[in-house]
Amino acid sequence: MEQIEFNYPAKRKVPKRAHVGVVGSGDLEVLLEPSEGEVSHVFIRTSVDGFRDAWKAVLDRFFAKYDGAVRIEINDAGATPGIVHLRLEQAVEVSER
Amino acid sequence: MSSKGYSADFINRQSFIELDARERAKALFDEGTSRELVGPFDRVESLWLPMQGVTPQEDDGCVVMKGKIAAQAAVVVALEGAFQGGSIGEVSGAKMTAALDLACADNEKGIRTSAVILLETGGVRLQEANLGLAAIAELMGSILALRKHASVICLTAGTVGCFGGMSLAAGLASYVVMTREARLGMNGPEVIEQENGVEEFDSSDRALIWAIHGGEQRYAMGLADALVDDDAPQVADFIRSFVSKGVPPVNRSSQVALYRDRIAKLDTSRQWDPKEFRALWSVNGLKEGKR
Amino acid sequence: MSEYSGIRGTVWFRALTGQSLSMPGDPKSVLTADAPLGNDHARFLCVVPDPHARFPCARHGEVGLEEAVTLATRVREVIENEKNTIKRPIVAIVDVKSQAYGRREETAAIFLAAAAAADAYGSARLAGHPVIALVVGHALSGAFLTHGYQANRILAFDDDGVMIHAMHKEAAARVTRRSVDELEKLAKEIAPMSYDIRDYAKLGLLYKLLHVENPEKPSQQEIRNVESELIAAIADARGGPVDLRNRLESVAARETRKASILVRTKLAAQWLEN
Repeated sequence: MEQIEFNYPAKRKVPKRAHVGVVGSGDLEVLLEPSEGEVSHVFIRTSVDGFRDAWKAVLDRFFAKYDGAVRIEINDAGATPGIVHLRLEQAVEVSER
Repeated sequence: MSSKGYSADFINRQSFIELDARERAKALFDEGTSRELVGPFDRVESLWLPMQGVTPQEDDGCVVMKGKIAAQAAVVVALEGAFQGGSIGEVSGAKMTAALDLACADNEKGIRTSAVILLETGGVRLQEANLGLAAIAELMGSILALRKHASVICLTAGTVGCFGGMSLAAGLASYVVMTREARLGMNGPEVIEQENGVEEFDSSDRALIWAIHGGEQRYAMGLADALVDDDAPQVADFIRSFVSKGVPPVNRSSQVALYRDRIAKLDTSRQWDPKEFRALWSVNGLKEGKR
Repeated sequence: MSEYSGIRGTVWFRALTGQSLSMPGDPKSVLTADAPLGNDHARFLCVVPDPHARFPCARHGEVGLEEAVTLATRVREVIENEKNTIKRPIVAIVDVKSQAYGRREETAAIFLAAAAAADAYGSARLAGHPVIALVVGHALSGAFLTHGYQANRILAFDDDGVMIHAMHKEAAARVTRRSVDELEKLAKEIAPMSYDIRDYAKLGLLYKLLHVENPEKPSQQEIRNVESELIAAIADARGGPVDLRNRLESVAARETRKASILVRTKLAAQWLEN
């Protein structure tokens, strides 16, 4: 199992926390919580090792459009980048409701 | 409407099976009355899975929600079948047992509180073996204590079904609710084929699997109290009615003489067509006023 | 050595009761006897192999349909007969290979038969009978849930022939796609996965580990020692609550079942409306 961390700049406060997803085969869960300050932190635990670059690519793409100040935890069981992106967007949608 | 088109019923159906554990639990409560306890943000996860390179889930695959069902206090415990096959680990098992124990304590204080257990599980999580098995034993003890006060309803909807040690928990329930898609049995087809060969149970024979373990069969045998469509409002309706019904006059698992007699009468020299049991057990049961 | 031999149940049933038969009308795979134990007259139950059992998948020490409903019957008998008197102890002597794996069993709802036995044992405990499980050999999975795991107190011998687990090594290895060696290695690091009864003891579920030099041929002194331990376990059970909280409150449990304890604490704190 691999643990990966990333940081991204953040600009605005986020209304509330959100949880989406299930740690099923090919899926992941996302815990998104508002945080203070100007940096968003992402913590990933994945049972599939060796894909740090792929994770970075997905998150770079996500944070290029998202500027909320959050702490994101991901528990992953082999999701594709497409599914990761979907879950992140779902989490944002829930947190903005 | 053309008989070749889809009926309005089918189009408007809200699948219960497609909901995850959290959504299923929520669907059973009176609107706006439910809240989750020890949820993902409490981060009580498995100690043992990360040690083996398996990604844990923050609720350990068990959702506990408290609220009102049919205006009565109730706790719903839902297993997430998509996480580790809904298998029972230390934490998920502890959540189930603790929830039932708290419900029991409330009953003792005079607050009638039912429990609904949503079972999508293969039984013990092998990565936690003895703590999973012990948790099931403890849960069974808690069901026995709670069911004296208020109804304990076990609901299995599929696609995982209810197997392994958790099938005994279902056996202790006040009421059992199943869909046609659901299955209930102690040992799954693969395990039986593994232990005693393909002649004993061909695990690729889907018709055989549902003929023996399926919801329709279990209901027809008198081992489930309701057979529901895969429709969330209908499922919720049945759960409401069993919560309201309260403690049944007699529990299935306490009717030892009945089942001992039924088993003694079985001709063990051959395999049986499961359909034989529909007449043999359920009709007799109805005649004797038993379950 | 750690293979299921199927003799220990019979040996210990005879050693503790002086008897060796099933009750009239019962299948030969379930031994039941009432015998003195300290100042009590305890009921002892044991499941043993019966090569002539009616059900083909239950002939080698498995707990099948007949075994489960017979256990349920003989335990219920004690509850029914003693509603208004002293609650006699019930001792489950456990050496069971597994549950029965058969098509007949699944068709005839073995899950419910097993639940009926567990119901009987658990109900006896809740009614105030001290229920003791003495694991003299194997205690696997559904078989142990059916016969023994509802006990107030669990005792076990400490040798390699004793095994409490959720699945046999070979089957578990197959299911988790490992070799048996790999599984054993993993099990050494992860306490709940271990096949060693001494590691099981660290989980805090056992009341006591007992040493017997050769469990298949115990000496008279060893039998008397085991009896004393059973008597002590009965007294301890009588002095405590009828639920299973001792499995979480033991010294060992407070160490290895921390997460279970944390769950209970958190759930209780969040239970009340805020």
